[in-house]
Amino acid sequence: MITAEDLHKNYGGTEALKGVGFKVNRGEIFGIIGPDGGGKTTLFRILATLTGADSGRASIGGLDVVRDFGQIRRMIGYMPGRFSLYPDLTVEENLNFYAMVFGTAVADNYNLVRDIYGQIEPFRKRRAGALSGGMKQKLALSCALIHRPKVLMLDEPTTGVDPVSRREFWQMLKKLKEQGMTILVSTPCMDEATLCDRIALMQNGGILSIDTPEKMVAAYPEKLYAARSGNNYRLLETLKARNDIKMCYISGESLRVIFRTEETPKMEGMEIRRMEATVEDCFIYLMQQ
Amino acid sequence: MLLKFLLEKEIKQIRRNPFLPRLIIAYPVLVMLVFPWVANLEVKDINLCIVDNDHSVYSQRLTEQISASEYFCLSGTAATCDEAMESIKRNDSDVILEIDAGFEKDLVRGGNSTVMISPNSVNGTKGAFAASYLSQILSDFSDGIREELPSGGPPSGIIEINPQYRYNPCLDYKTFIIPALMVILLTVICGFLPTLNIVGEKEKGTIEQINVTPVKKSLFILSKLIPYWITGIFILTVCLGLAALIYGLIPAGSLLTVYLFAILFVVTYSGLGLVVSNYSTTMQQAMFVMFFFTIVMLLMSGIFTPVRSMPGWAQAITYANPLRYFVEAMRAIYLKGSGFFALITQFFVLLGIAGLFGIWAIMSYKKR
Repeated sequence: MITAEDLHKNYGGTEALKGVGFKVNRGEIFGIIGPDGGGKTTLFRILATLTGADSGRASIGGLDVVRDFGQIRRMIGYMPGRFSLYPDLTVEENLNFYAMVFGTAVADNYNLVRDIYGQIEPFRKRRAGALSGGMKQKLALSCALIHRPKVLMLDEPTTGVDPVSRREFWQMLKKLKEQGMTILVSTPCMDEATLCDRIALMQNGGILSIDTPEKMVAAYPEKLYAARSGNNYRLLETLKARNDIKMCYISGESLRVIFRTEETPKMEGMEIRRMEATVEDCFIYLMQQ
Repeated sequence: MLLKFLLEKEIKQIRRNPFLPRLIIAYPVLVMLVFPWVANLEVKDINLCIVDNDHSVYSQRLTEQISASEYFCLSGTAATCDEAMESIKRNDSDVILEIDAGFEKDLVRGGNSTVMISPNSVNGTKGAFAASYLSQILSDFSDGIREELPSGGPPSGIIEINPQYRYNPCLDYKTFIIPALMVILLTVICGFLPTLNIVGEKEKGTIEQINVTPVKKSLFILSKLIPYWITGIFILTVCLGLAALIYGLIPAGSLLTVYLFAILFVVTYSGLGLVVSNYSTTMQQAMFVMFFFTIVMLLMSGIFTPVRSMPGWAQAITYANPLRYFVEAMRAIYLKGSGFFALITQFFVLLGIAGLFGIWAIMSYKKR
């Protein structure tokens, strides 16, 4: 449904995209996972026909993003990372406005947005600028959906949203996918990666790896250990000083350790156990290579 | 149809703006009520210091005649010229009139006498006006004396100059400045507001969401300009009404021509605003750039000082200034009663500038 081939984009002297290419299949949730400043927003803006790539090609549903931008705009729903609805219009007015500019009416596609819009409908007379972060996201998603797009592009939709709203948001995406919508979503949050069908790890304008989260984790080439002690920072220092350790970093409550030796060496003064890699571990491993 | 929705949205937003609607009403009223009195180049109440070295009947009569004039206030008399200079330095007086000793004797004997006028010309206009008013009074005075004298000195008034000021018979500064104030108002409303509105959408990021909709850019921009064009014409109407009501100033020419030029001007000036909005990313930038152009154009338009008295290179620049043509047209219609065909040059030049800004605005937008 979406294809990108060797996209390059420079801003002044900095390379925002260095040859990005991937394919998104119809009806899947495809996640672009990576830290801030990795080029995710630039990629989204090219795909949403807002800016042109310096070189490379991209198409959506077989239509070229440069040549057929007019048709593509009717086909996609784009939600920018920053809240971009009119803060001085009410919830209802924003939704009506976006329905009308796409030449449709809210009533025509109400069933599509019912689950989402239903939650903010009690506040329909409130100005959009006065909504909470989670409600703003729901309204933005409703407005992006109101013309029944085939492809939904969400740039960091869950950034700045509380964990409960975040979970709800992903459940909504699942429902939309079941209705046959293709969804491209970006997030800097690694634990959201497992909610996608397939993910692309992106860093410094390039893609490190593309796969399903399960396969990506299974393909982790090293034996990974989790270590912890009363003082993780001191532990990190001691481990870094040892030469039988290949990699070691802090992740959450514990340290991740990869040894150069086959069997686990005896370690004193800490708790150590074998663990399965997560997407975050894959990302850090690929980044170091 | 789509334009209707876009306009609805713009009007809703303008109405909800906490101070824009109030500004749109208050601004023309304030400008028309206050500025015709304030922006005034007439010189009145000139403080005069007289150094009377003669102390005669005639010098006394001259002093009285001057004090009777509404232009002069007698700030004091001084015994010597140095003392009078001191009062100028203290800013107590604006002009010194020194009457020589023997003023009366000379007048009676030879019909000829001299006085010295020394105006403070830090403010050049005021100094020049003071000197010219004073010499006028002196010449009236000497005519009066001449008729009284039995010897009947040499007749002076062979040619009597009796100026008739065309189109503004009382040289009333208000009639001159009111059409110009309307121009300034339209410049501010139609230049700044749409520019800031467009850049505001850029700054808030809302333009991003509009750009992914099928709405054409030109239609979107048009929906932003039209409300301000209408606002501008509304404000002009309020001003025309106030000018007639308060100052009794009614255009000598046709109202239709006034509106025709006003519409053309607001389109032209909002074109400049569009160009500026294309190059700016923040309201601050846009505001500053618009401010710069507006001040330059106001000062070089002939609103305050005549274009003819500018140096040649500055006059050349004014040919590119849309304000110049609009002010010329407004004053001509208001004071002279010029019809459309008398102003056809101004009309087509404005039209040309409007086209130029339009093309520039489109090109600079496409670049991004």
